[in-house]
Parts: sequence; structure tokens; C-alpha cells
Amino acid sequence: MSTTTSGLASAAPDHDITPTVRERGWKNAIIFAVLGLIAPLAFGLGSPAGATSTFEVTLPDAVLFIEPIGVPSQTAALALGLLCLALAGFAVFRELRGFRTPRTVAAVFGVAWVLSFLCWAVADKSISMVGLLQGSLLLAVPLVFGALSGVLSERAGVINIAIEGQLLAGAFLSAVVASVSDNVYLGLLAAPVAGLLIGLLLAVFTIRYVVDQIIVGVVLVVFVVGLTSFLYGRLLAPQADVFNTPETFSSIAIPLLSDIPLLGAVLFEQSIIVYLMYGAVALVHVAIFHTRWGLRVRSVGEHPQAADTVGINVYRTRFRQVALGGAMAGLGGAFFTLGQVGAFGEQMTSGKGFIALAAMIFGRHRPLGALGAALLFGFADNLQSYLSIIGTPIPSQFMLMVPYLVTVFAVAGLVGRHRPPAAIGRPYIKS
Amino acid sequence: MSLVRDLRSRALSGGGALLTVLALVLALLISAVLIVFSDPDVLEALPYFFAYPPDTFAAMWESVSSAYWALFTGSIVDPGAQSVRGFFAPLSETLVNATPLIAAGLAFGLPFRTGLFYIGGEGAIVLGAICAGYVGFAWDLPIVIHLLVAVAAGLLGGAVWGGIPGLLKARTGAHEVITTIMLNYVALYLIAYLLTTSAFQRPGRSDPISPVIDASAQMPALVPGLRVHVGLVFVLIAAGVVSWLLTRSTLGFRLRAVGSNPDAARNAGMGVGRSYVEVMLIAGALAGLAGAVEALGTQRTLTGGISAGLGFDAITVALLGRSRPLGTVLAGLLFGALRAGGIDMQAETGTPVDIILVVQSLVVLFIAAPPLVKSVFRVRAVEADGLAPATKGSSL
Repeated sequence: MSTTTSGLASAAPDHDITPTVRERGWKNAIIFAVLGLIAPLAFGLGSPAGATSTFEVTLPDAVLFIEPIGVPSQTAALALGLLCLALAGFAVFRELRGFRTPRTVAAVFGVAWVLSFLCWAVADKSISMVGLLQGSLLLAVPLVFGALSGVLSERAGVINIAIEGQLLAGAFLSAVVASVSDNVYLGLLAAPVAGLLIGLLLAVFTIRYVVDQIIVGVVLVVFVVGLTSFLYGRLLAPQADVFNTPETFSSIAIPLLSDIPLLGAVLFEQSIIVYLMYGAVALVHVAIFHTRWGLRVRSVGEHPQAADTVGINVYRTRFRQVALGGAMAGLGGAFFTLGQVGAFGEQMTSGKGFIALAAMIFGRHRPLGALGAALLFGFADNLQSYLSIIGTPIPSQFMLMVPYLVTVFAVAGLVGRHRPPAAIGRPYIKS
Repeated sequence: MSLVRDLRSRALSGGGALLTVLALVLALLISAVLIVFSDPDVLEALPYFFAYPPDTFAAMWESVSSAYWALFTGSIVDPGAQSVRGFFAPLSETLVNATPLIAAGLAFGLPFRTGLFYIGGEGAIVLGAICAGYVGFAWDLPIVIHLLVAVAAGLLGGAVWGGIPGLLKARTGAHEVITTIMLNYVALYLIAYLLTTSAFQRPGRSDPISPVIDASAQMPALVPGLRVHVGLVFVLIAAGVVSWLLTRSTLGFRLRAVGSNPDAARNAGMGVGRSYVEVMLIAGALAGLAGAVEALGTQRTLTGGISAGLGFDAITVALLGRSRPLGTVLAGLLFGALRAGGIDMQAETGTPVDIILVVQSLVVLFIAAPPLVKSVFRVRAVEADGLAPATKGSSL
């Protein structure tokens, strides 16, 4: 299996070209400085004087109704912008002296920056914060499941590019099963099975037949797209009443919690799939970092030979993790059909699986990090559709590019210091 | 010359060809099962299978034979045609479909030899189509020169789109799989935006479509009356250039060295980062060529769906062709034939063309795992050529 004689390349190791510490400091300092200057100058001074930005923080029929908050656009944008500038100054000062920026500072900076932007964008208009955040959460749900799928398999050292295919398979099978059986819960059970099957294919080809993980992942995406589109055209479209009319889950309001202003309506008035997502994030986090099981998984991903030496079955662990990851992404796929649309459509995941992959990397291969990244991407996606409705000078296509560009910047700039599991992408061949 | 050597070495190795044939047979068999069991007629006959089996078998045979016969007559020759031209029209369609597949397949194969996974063909195809198309309908140049300038613009547009992830990889270590996939979507939104602007939208139309490419920039047909066009010649020249590049040039040696072992290449004084940028520029240009031939030769206008999943299709082409230029050309012809036949199959028998994607992906999975095919067909030792596992791994 020598790559030199076959003439086929192996993947290049990345660790050789990660930038040095000094460069990194400069890069972050520049990012902070630029963003810190944009906020007060563009948003603060760019807002029309005398305009008011109105934020609705509760739904009109909420139990604890709060009057919409109106703030003077320019003053608020400027104040938040100056806060950004101050934080950026602190960050630049620290970065240039070789210290990392504390995460809390970066988080406060991010929130203040976005609020400053919003004050500018909704000057003389009104925006529903509940709708904005609720939509962001919904857009993030498949990303979270997909990213968790990535965490599960990549922590054991197997790259999962097939997340997109697993989401699509889950969406497809859940729609078909829910329609045919007329039972939405059976559909929800079928979704992880579909994802599991794709995960098993990935596991068989990468672990049993040691085919390159990225190749198998990409080819499996093509496979699932072809298979689901074929069956859609052949069965689902002509006989939609039989195969493609699943019920959707209605949202369940959790008593008391859902009455909390703003966050209550956003977090605790959702469908069962969203509650499953909260559970899945917590479960995977605890399992990966606080159990013996998780320690073994991580050891297989970091140093399979050492794990094998102490008696951990590397092949079995990886096989199980890839299969579990597939099931997780499949479950997320159900959200497209049973949680939102109520019908399967060709290629309806539209690249969400790839963004989930980016969210996982942005979240540093951690479940909570992935959750945060997915929420951020969901927010960017939803903000774009909100702003195009209320009208901004920027064409909607450019707003639609934002999540993808954010990902590129994230991968290029912000996660440079992240170290993925050491053995990722490498097949383990027992010697 | 190098193409001839490539051909001979492949013919001598033999095992690879046998494996490919077996993989194709297996993929077509599995697809036949899918076609049969999703056919409404078969599903209708199934309930009384035990009462009267011949009905079910007749429906099954009818289903799969008509589909595969349409696949053949849509891609190779049409025996029922009235004219000689009509007889060979399917072959022309095969070549039309193969043309962009080959170019985009080369765009995946070349960086793959350098150790990079270039999933960004789609984006570079779109950029190539945008640039070539714009020159094609907006500029006024003499015949021949107009076509050449438009193709050059397509190459340039693709190269820029390919170069960005190359540069990001070299400078920041950003993994090219992520950045190229993201840039695909950026490119798709870019063309969607451009087709709403006055510079790109066809006058008098409200839907996103560009003006027709000027006659002077259209790729002329190779055979009058058939759709196969000069784009095929451009693409074959590109395959020849890539073959020369890989086997005869210093640059190609460096690219292959970096692909085999970046650490060794670096120790030997080769610029690894520079190689990444260079190979991605070339790959982007090749994908841009695919976009240019689509815009100037096949579709002769720009629409938002100009790339139509070509970038991902082309990955299977390159993998089947073992990332070698000649192999990519042959694989492109095979998958081009499947695609041309698949479109006919959909029109004539109602079997959705998407089954072709299933065949393609299964073929690639099977050739990637020779032991699997071996055990299915019980043949002795099929040589495990190509698609070797990554020895060093890539950190996503």
C-alpha cells in the first residue's frame, strides 16, 4: 500500500504549517482592532441622528408582557461601539504581549458588537428579539446534531465528512416512515436508523477496508444524494399522499420556564426534537469528558497504539463511535421533515452537514463549543433573513454568504491554535 | 508521449481494469435492484407474487431492461434512428456530458496528487462560467480571439477561486476541505446576485438568466448538427498538459514529492506552502475551464444552476481515474455516458436520472475496497491500486 508507487497522494499533515505563537498574536490583534474600530465609527456614527431602534423582547401574547424597548439608535450604537473599542484595546494590548484574550472578554465583545450593529441596522424600525433568537435556535438544531456526530467519531480519530449524507438520510427515512405508519414518533425512531446505516458504511470502508476517510465521506454524500433523489422522484413525488405527508411535531411549552421573558419563549417552547438536542449535548459532553468510556474514546483518537497496548479494542471503539455519530446526525435529519417542513424535498439539507462540520471544528471538537458555534452560525443565518425582510442596503445574497464567510474566517483565523485529536484521519493498522 | 506511457503501464497492470469492470457490474446490479423495487408496476404485482409469480418477474424484467436499454441508446448509439447523424447523436451527448466532467475531474486529481482534497470544484466552475460568460456576451471581439479570451477569462476566474483556499492553507493552515466547501456556497450566491444586476441579466427578462453568448465566443460544433463542441478539444489539451506537468516538469515533480511526503519535501528544500498555492491555482483554472466549456459550449448562457453538482460528480470521476490524467479522461467518458444515457432513461422510462449518482458512488466505493469486490466475485487477488489510505492522516 505504498503511496509512492501507486502515485496517489496521502493527506498532508497540517501541524507543520500552523502559524507560530507570535504570528497568531498579531493576527488576533488585527482582527480585534479592525472590528473594534468598525463598531463606533460605522455603526455609531453611521446611525441617523434622532432615530429610535425598537426591540420587542416578548411576544405580544406573553404572560409577562414587557413593552418594546426603544433606544436612541445613534447614542446606543455609539456607546456599545465604544465599549467594543475599549475591549478591543485591552485584547490588542494582551495579544501583542503574547497573552491570550480571556474568553469572557471575547464573548462580551461579540455580544456588544452585534447589538451595536443591530442598533444601526434597525434604526427607525422594530425587530422582534424573540423571533430573531427563536429562528436562530431552529436553524442551529441540525447543525448541533451534525456537529455532535462529528465530535463522536472524530474524538475516536475518524473524520466524518458524511454528516451531510447522514442528515439527508435521516430526513428522508423519517418522512417516509412517519407518513406510511401515520405515526410521527415512529418516524423519529427511524431517523437515527438511517443515519446509523450511513455511519456503518463509513465505518466499514474506513476501518475494515482502510479507505481514506475523507474520500469515503465525500462519496457517501454523493451516494445519499443520489439515492434519496432517485427514490423521491420515483415514489415520494408521484405518491406524495402515501409516502411524503408526515405530521410535524407541535411545540410543547414547559410550564413556568416558558414564561421567562425573552429566553423562556426561545428555549422552552419548542418541539420535542429541540429538547432532545439539549439532552444530546449534555449527554455527549458528560460522556466524552467525565466517564471512563469517554476517556477510552479520546485515547483511541489521540494515540491508538497506546490505547491498544492497554487493552482497548481500537477497531471496535472506532466502529462504535462512527456508527453512533451517524445515528446522531440521522436524528438531526428528522428535524428537517418532522420538525419544520412536514415533507421531504430533494437535497433539502442544502449543505447544512458541511456547516455542522465547520461548527464542530470552530467548537474545538467539544460538544459545548460545537453548540456555541452552531448557535452563532444559526444566528448569522437568521439575522440575514430578518434584515432582508425589514430592508437593508445590502443585497440578500451577500447576507446569505455571511455564515460561509464566517466559517472561512473562523477556520483560517480563530481556530488556528486548536489542536484536533492527534490520530485523526489515520487508519490504525495493528502491527 | 506521457499519455502513451500512462496507457501502457495501465494496460500491463491489468488488475486495475478488471477491478473497474467488476465494480461497474456490481454497481449496475445494485442499481437494477433499486430500479426494480421502486417501480410502481412491480410494486403492484408483488402482492400476488405467490399466486402468479410470472407477472412479477415480467414486470421486473420489463422495468430493468427498458431502463438499461434506454441508458444504452441514450449514450452510445441509437439503432432506431432515421439518419446517420441521429444514429451517432447519443455518442455526441456522451462527449458533451464528459467534457466538463473531465476538466473538473482533473481539477480534483491534480491537488490530490499533492496531498490536498480539493472539494471546491463547484465554486471554481461557477467563477469560470461567470468570467467566461461575461466576456462572451458583454465584450465585442473578432471571431476566434473572442473565444480564446473568454476561455482565458474562465481559467483566470477559476484560478482565483482555487488560489484563495490554497493561500489560506499555506498561510494559516486552514483545512482546504472546509474552506473550499464554504467558498462553493459563496460562489453560488455570487452568481445568484450577479444575475439580478443589469450587467448580467438578459434585457427584458425578470428571471435570473444572462444574455446569450455572442456567436463569436460560442464554441463551434465539432460535427455539424451534433452538440459535441470544441470544448472537448480544450479539455483533452488540458489533460495532456496536466500529464506533461506531472511526469515531465520540475513543478510536477515538486508537487508529487510534497504529496508523497511533505516533511521530506521540506527537508529537501522544496517550498511546501508554495506548492499548495500553485497546485490550487492550477486546479482552480482547470475547474474554471469546466465552467467555461459549459457556459460557452453547452448551455451558451449563464444561469444560477450552471454547475449543477458537477464539482461533486467530478470527484468520483477523478477517483475512478486514480487521479491520473488518462484515467480521468476515460472515467469522464464512462460517467459522461451514464449521465447522457440517464437523461434519456428519465425521459423514456421515468426512471429518475439520480440513479446515476448511485452508480457512480458505488463504483468508486467498490474500487476503493478491492477485497470487497474480490469476495463478491471470488476472483483471485485484484491489485489494490489507487485510493491508498492516507499514511500521515489529515487533521480536520
